[in-house]
Amino acid sequence: MSARGRSMRNRLLSRAVQIAFLLGLILLWYLATTQWGVSQLLLPNPVAVYHELMNVLSSGEFVPDLKVTLSELAIAFGISSVSGIAFGYLISRSHYLIRVFEPLLAGIYSIPIILFLPLYVLFLGLGPSSKIALGATISFFPIVLNTIAGFGYVDAIFIIAARSMGASDYQMFRYVLVPAALPVILTGLRVGFTVALLSILGSETIASLAGLGHRIVQLAEGMESARMFAYITFAVAIAAILNTAVSTLENRARRR
Amino acid sequence: MRQRNHDQSVRALLLRHPAYARLGIILVLLLCWEIAARWWIDPMFLSPPSRVLGSLTDVVETAGVPAAIGITFFELAVAFVLSVIFGLGIGLAIGLQRFVHRSFMPIVLLLYGTPQITILPLFILYFGIGPPSKIAFGVTHGMFPIIVTVIAGVQNIKPILMTAARSMGANKWQIFRWVILPHMVPSFFAGMRLGMTGVLLGVLLAELYVSSAGIGYFTTIFTQSFDPTKLLGLISILAAMAIVLNELVRRAEVHYGRWRAE
Repeated sequence: MSARGRSMRNRLLSRAVQIAFLLGLILLWYLATTQWGVSQLLLPNPVAVYHELMNVLSSGEFVPDLKVTLSELAIAFGISSVSGIAFGYLISRSHYLIRVFEPLLAGIYSIPIILFLPLYVLFLGLGPSSKIALGATISFFPIVLNTIAGFGYVDAIFIIAARSMGASDYQMFRYVLVPAALPVILTGLRVGFTVALLSILGSETIASLAGLGHRIVQLAEGMESARMFAYITFAVAIAAILNTAVSTLENRARRR
Repeated sequence: MRQRNHDQSVRALLLRHPAYARLGIILVLLLCWEIAARWWIDPMFLSPPSRVLGSLTDVVETAGVPAAIGITFFELAVAFVLSVIFGLGIGLAIGLQRFVHRSFMPIVLLLYGTPQITILPLFILYFGIGPPSKIAFGVTHGMFPIIVTVIAGVQNIKPILMTAARSMGANKWQIFRWVILPHMVPSFFAGMRLGMTGVLLGVLLAELYVSSAGIGYFTTIFTQSFDPTKLLGLISILAAMAIVLNELVRRAEVHYGRWRAE
């Protein structure tokens, strides 16, 4: 058999292993609930979960919670990306400022900021504003750090070349700095988006009045396990869709 | 004239040592906080840093707090050790075999990418509200970065080294022990650093969500009784703990990652 045929067969085989693994998990789950008598409260039947999921989707019950979560995410990410890029650009204009601020910001970023959630709740209440503030704070750091890295470490030779060819400040910004910094900034934005989504879901789970995270907790406390599993599936799918969309956007913007 | 000389020397000092300027910024921020908390903001919500610092002993002396910090530290330690064991085991199992790698890597990445916070209520349901649920949640956060970096470390070995070892007649175990293992060390320590970040996140999230004796219990109590002095004190203690733990693994990473750069 040719090498190409063998690699093709290997790929199919590994795909088959993946599918078998996932199917096996679901089968185990099914057997555990129907045959081995695992409590429906701890592990609801996958078929029941599927029905609940269809019910949630068709009744449109998820819409208000999804709206809350997504609007919190949009505002938080808006705040952190605008302030992160602006602040990062200003810092990156001077090597001295980079040396002052970069270790400071990196140091704060290494603390688990989720610790401050009780403070945010104390200041801003249980509503969306505490989630927005927390999400904006946490996602600010990867964005500002990557913006500094992007603008601050543009190869000096490009700048010298553009200057000696008589580029104006605007031309320098538009044709040298931005193209050089963009890939790094985009990575920062993607990481910031993921982190913002996680921290918003997290703070909704811990203390909130509405949103997907809140709904899951509510169902858990009401012992409606099947519906909770359905909502978890839904939330994971939403997160996966959003993250994929952002990665795709990043790749497309980078290629240009 | 003298005044100007003085100004210039201060400027020169700051320019030569950015660390002083950094310290200055932190001090100015603390000063703003102090002023805001003393004169503008309701003391029910914010208390000045001077008072927080003074109350640290009060916080530690509050009945149950030392035990709670101890429990949280215990949860972090156990979760970290378990993450390293699972991460290393699963990472090696997947990374060493090409076919297993191709089959299971997408599944690992899929699981790594899911927002685990959504299944936090399940952990409470299965493991109760005591330390086991925090440990389990910390492990699921800390394990995946270690798995991924261990796999990357195993895969990134230069083929020439493997070929050389094999042509000199090394058997599988010898290749693992003398080629793969030493080459994996730097990325393994990088993974441990990421794993520590994950463990901190997971354990603290679970603690804040629901807790019967750990620090989450006390943050809830201090928040609900509008006692910002103690809340800030407790949070600073925990932040210091997180910084120390992060710094420990970072130092280890720098130390053990050094040989490759030479």
